[in-house]
Amino acid sequence: MTTATLPDTDPPKRGWYKRNEIAVTPWLFLAPAILFFAVYVIIPIFQSFSISLYDWDGLGQAEYIGLANYQELMNDRAFEVSLWNNLKWLVCYLLAIPAGLFIALFLNQTVTGIRIYKSLFFFPFVLSQVVVGLVFAWFYLPNEGLLPAIVGWFGFGPVNVLGDPSWATYGIILAGLWPQTAYCMILYLTGLNAVDPEQVEAARLDGAKGWKMLWYVIIPQLKPATFIAFVVTIIGALRSFDLISIMTNGGPFGQTRVLSFYMFEKALSEYGFRMGYGAAIAVVLFLIMLVFIAYFLWSMYREEKGH
Amino acid sequence: MFPRPIQQASAPAQTAYKTMLPIALILWLLPLIAVAVFSIKPASDFTQGNYWGVPGSFEFFNNYGQVFFNSDMPRYMLNSVLITVPTVIGAVALSAMAGFALGVYKFRSNIWVFFMFVAGNFVPFQILMVPVRDLTLDLGLYNTKTGLVLFHIAFQTGFCTLFMRNFIRALPFPLIEAARVEGVAEWRIFWYVVLPLMKPALAALAVLIFTFIWNDYFWAIVLTQGPDAQPVTAGITSFNAQYRAAYHLMSAGSIVAALPPVLMFFLMQKHFIAGLTLGAVK
Repeated sequence: MTTATLPDTDPPKRGWYKRNEIAVTPWLFLAPAILFFAVYVIIPIFQSFSISLYDWDGLGQAEYIGLANYQELMNDRAFEVSLWNNLKWLVCYLLAIPAGLFIALFLNQTVTGIRIYKSLFFFPFVLSQVVVGLVFAWFYLPNEGLLPAIVGWFGFGPVNVLGDPSWATYGIILAGLWPQTAYCMILYLTGLNAVDPEQVEAARLDGAKGWKMLWYVIIPQLKPATFIAFVVTIIGALRSFDLISIMTNGGPFGQTRVLSFYMFEKALSEYGFRMGYGAAIAVVLFLIMLVFIAYFLWSMYREEKGH
Repeated sequence: MFPRPIQQASAPAQTAYKTMLPIALILWLLPLIAVAVFSIKPASDFTQGNYWGVPGSFEFFNNYGQVFFNSDMPRYMLNSVLITVPTVIGAVALSAMAGFALGVYKFRSNIWVFFMFVAGNFVPFQILMVPVRDLTLDLGLYNTKTGLVLFHIAFQTGFCTLFMRNFIRALPFPLIEAARVEGVAEWRIFWYVVLPLMKPALAALAVLIFTFIWNDYFWAIVLTQGPDAQPVTAGITSFNAQYRAAYHLMSAGSIVAALPPVLMFFLMQKHFIAGLTLGAVK
């Protein structure tokens, strides 16, 4: 036993990083993501708020005009139409949820080849909205389309879905419902997989079946799937842009515009480069979405606290 | 199991179910089947008004040959690949790190940073459009693939971080504790302990982001123009303008443009669905 170095008497010189490792590491790991996200997402939101107070063509000098853009919005017929169409989208798009549940129930069997059926039913979701829009636009073509042909066999007159101001929006929504229903279907199929078989059997012994079983036993257990279906469907409805741009480009007579499309048209198309006015429209859309985002976050927050 | 397995139903009901399945599927995919049939028709079918009848002749090779060798489509496809692949790598890398930080460490602002990513992921694109376009112009990246990639990485990081963090939360925490007790450095814990366990999440996000970015149209038309940088979603519209009313070519072009995500989906179905359900529905 000689003078062996005792680690306790001479604590190793640990650097600042080593001493604070647990506190500092998460921020090092977060730094790149936060940097990217701040530059491209968070800061632009505030910039848009500020741009909406200016009259600016995107190139020249921006002129501060206060709330004048918003005042103009109040009397803008096209803005009103867009807002109404957004509401139509929101309401009709939610049909994807029951429709998806219905298809999921239809497909939740174990017969040969059912897996392929499930994937093929899901197929439309994988297609880009551009392709979905093209496909439906051809489907609706007034003379050559398949829909008028089918309607014709039943003896009805010619239909021009996308050319008719009162039908065009619904025609586009239907195209959007196609992939969205597929998405909801897959959510419910995975949800149905996790339904507790014992509860189902117990309810069966109690004489529950059909609708009652679905409503009181199955749907409560599908709550997580329903929540996600709501989130993605509402966000999808308010984000609708591609389909409108491809199928009607806002027409006929601007009757299929929604806020997201109208904003783009005002800020960045041949109709002019009114960045300030466009930003004001975007702010309105953002505030509408914020209501839903706040609700989603609140639900998630409660969930987190519950754990 | 709900609904009651069809095997327990009467024989006629079983037969009815089995015949309804293909019929329902054909109805469901009718618009797509129509386009597939369009894409192998000869041009003469359309001029003669034979839109929905049997194809006059089988022109698969001609039509698709036109798309591949006689148009800008291959360039658009290549652009799409060069935009999509770096985005997938970037977004997955950034969010794996961010998800690790948010999933493993407890610090006061943790949940707020997390909510920032979640909320940002839900905002409408239009609120970002003007400033992001400006920024891209200022950086000299307008109409470049890099400009699109940088934005896509940033935006997708929101969704990916949500997914990664929830996935890491579900991992066995004692494993990390054990490594710490052993004195393993934190970044080594990330690299050697957590990352290998995250493979399913990485795969799920990779296929999902691939599909999202491949199918993006809005940012493609905001940040790029022309065949130098535009991806195939935007390119297909100029392709269609070029072949106006040539439905056989437009159909073939659309099918080609849609194919990569479709292949991705059928090859990686399990991961894809795990990603879509946000891992919340198992």
